[in-house]
Amino acid sequence: MACCNVDVESILNKYSPEKGNLMHILHMVQDASGENFICEDCMKKIAEKTGVPLNKLYGVTSFYSMFSTEKRGKYVIRMCESGPCHVVGAKDVLEAFKSELGIEVGETTPCGTFTLETTACLGVCAVAPAVMINEDVHGNLDPSMVKGIIEKYK
Amino acid sequence: MKNVNIKIDGKSYNVPENYTVLDACKEAGIKIPVLCYHPDLRQVGSCRLCVVEIEGQRTFQPSCAYNVYEGMEVKTNTKEVRAARKMALELILSRHPMDCLNCERNTQCELQDLAADFGITEVDFALQLPGYDIDDENGIIVREHDKCINCGRCVRACQEVQTVNALEFHKRGYEKIAYTTAGKKLQDTTCTYCGQCINVCPTGALHENDETAKVWEWIEDPNTHVVVQTAPAIRVSIGEAIGLDAGFLSTGKLVAGLRRLGFDKVFDTDFTADLTIIEEGHELLHRLKNNGTLPMITSCSPGWIKFVETFFPDCLDHVSSCKSPQQMFGALAKTYYPEKSGVDPKTIKSISIMPCTAKKYECNRPEMKDSGYQDVDVVLTTRELAKMFKVAGVDFAVIDEEKYDAPFGITTGAAAIFGATGGVMEAALRTVYEVVTGEELPDVNLTMCRGLEGVKEATVQVGDIPVKVAVANGLSNARKILDKVRAGEADYHFIEIMCCPGGCIGGGGQPRPTSPEKRQARMESIYCEDAQMEIRKSHKNPSIDVIYKEFLKEPLGEKSHHLLHTKYTKRDSNR
Repeated sequence: MACCNVDVESILNKYSPEKGNLMHILHMVQDASGENFICEDCMKKIAEKTGVPLNKLYGVTSFYSMFSTEKRGKYVIRMCESGPCHVVGAKDVLEAFKSELGIEVGETTPCGTFTLETTACLGVCAVAPAVMINEDVHGNLDPSMVKGIIEKYK
Repeated sequence: MKNVNIKIDGKSYNVPENYTVLDACKEAGIKIPVLCYHPDLRQVGSCRLCVVEIEGQRTFQPSCAYNVYEGMEVKTNTKEVRAARKMALELILSRHPMDCLNCERNTQCELQDLAADFGITEVDFALQLPGYDIDDENGIIVREHDKCINCGRCVRACQEVQTVNALEFHKRGYEKIAYTTAGKKLQDTTCTYCGQCINVCPTGALHENDETAKVWEWIEDPNTHVVVQTAPAIRVSIGEAIGLDAGFLSTGKLVAGLRRLGFDKVFDTDFTADLTIIEEGHELLHRLKNNGTLPMITSCSPGWIKFVETFFPDCLDHVSSCKSPQQMFGALAKTYYPEKSGVDPKTIKSISIMPCTAKKYECNRPEMKDSGYQDVDVVLTTRELAKMFKVAGVDFAVIDEEKYDAPFGITTGAAAIFGATGGVMEAALRTVYEVVTGEELPDVNLTMCRGLEGVKEATVQVGDIPVKVAVANGLSNARKILDKVRAGEADYHFIEIMCCPGGCIGGGGQPRPTSPEKRQARMESIYCEDAQMEIRKSHKNPSIDVIYKEFLKEPLGEKSHHLLHTKYTKRDSNR
């Protein structure tokens, strides 16, 4: 597995080494990677510091879809696939993202900028269909808006 | 303990308040189907096969994880309950290969048995397999994920009974899988090869690498001299593996059966268990006299050895340098035995029958070649030997008992008890006491060492030294003791550790399914054999005198050091 350049020690030093801080630490390390993932080396350092066995740590990161131990794009596009978004056309919006980026769900663009994923409910059903790109939520989407949204992040 | 009154299917019962509904039903003679439940493990109630209707509850409840209470009314056999259980089973089967003839567990599979009990011959749901590759590269434990039903017994055994964490649930929902760190092969993880995951697996998803074909081939070859050794715990479990009662003591029939399979010589690992006591006993005395590292810890159990190498590499000085009885035997089978018998060691294949999967790992450790050859060529588990007996039609009900071959045939009660937790300690104390004091031990039964508790402690007066000892079985208990050793809080002189619950009688190569009752039966049988033995102390074994006189010269001597002692390797726990 390729390695990142995250200063994982300084992140770990900010937190006391207890299980309760694990999620914060994982998010901080992933955000610092610039590639939306946590490399094996970082996982090992986190396991060592928190005392959580490495395999359990992989159990945690694979349970939550927000975490990844494989490199992802600088921006992770998470298209909501829950019911309310589905009935107002999420599928068409997703197709637009696929064709605009030229990738399938789970893939990353060759330039490393975007990864396309689907997600369970984002909790913004009032503006369905919705997508989350890193921390930003975009709602009331239709396929024609996709190109413009992507442009903003390029 | 207070009792409570409950009703099951309209009948009243008075049961202890700490019972689960499943416990109460069992006592009432109602067999509830289970898959994720195991008597050795924490209950999680995830398979939903044991659901029952409880008055006042909106939904069905898993009886394995639901406690009784005063006035509870349970229904176990309604049309709805039966339908719910069947549906749960069909959903599990919709992700299972249904290719039973091709499976290691065919006719001994809990899932297959349940499907038969429910009269399921086909499943309406479309079959969807996860499509994982089989992991068998390590040559010891085989993992077939596509047969896994996600009951989680292996994960709980690995994490809670053994605290090894080689297995953990990864992902979630439909994709959930009992997996290794980043999906690595088992040999690249912390796995100790203890095989407890295999012991609790209800299906064929986890099993040992079957090496019987290789052994049959050597037996058939007239130019190969095939010798076999049998571990102390085999004689109390092989009967069970071929359909007799748990704990059936079958030493003589085991020997006769092995001769019928065609082994050239049938030897007893008990002989090198006696030898271990002599070497290890002298090592302990040497450490006591020379300010050596204490406490000293036993080294017979290869799962325990990989555990201490991995998780407590800083404590390796505490571990006795003695090889396990299996490996002592292996080294002698290709040195002393050829010298005595005139058989060319090049032509010898040395097989051992062990209650253990970690022994398969141990015999392939690179340092286990002190005879100039691989000391032990193949290890077969109790279950693998049972397969050979079945295919050869060996009938324990009829065959007459036979005796082990010389020069590794005369053994003692001290060696017999190596198979149970506390046995090595008791055997060692029987010898150390008499060597140190020069007096006869007043009572050979050191019962404070016996029993299935996880950790036992005792102080034994040996002459003017009060010897403090501890005994642990199961790696979670080993960890408790090692934490104390690491912290400098363990003022014991000698510690016995066995990797598996109950010791080798509960080993990862033993008959399935296992339970505390079965381990108890096997253990009782072991002490029964000890009581029947003519000689019950290792240092009184006349063959031991002979081997020192003819070959080894003296305990801890040069030859012993070369053939019977070993060294350990520090390993990484963070993987």
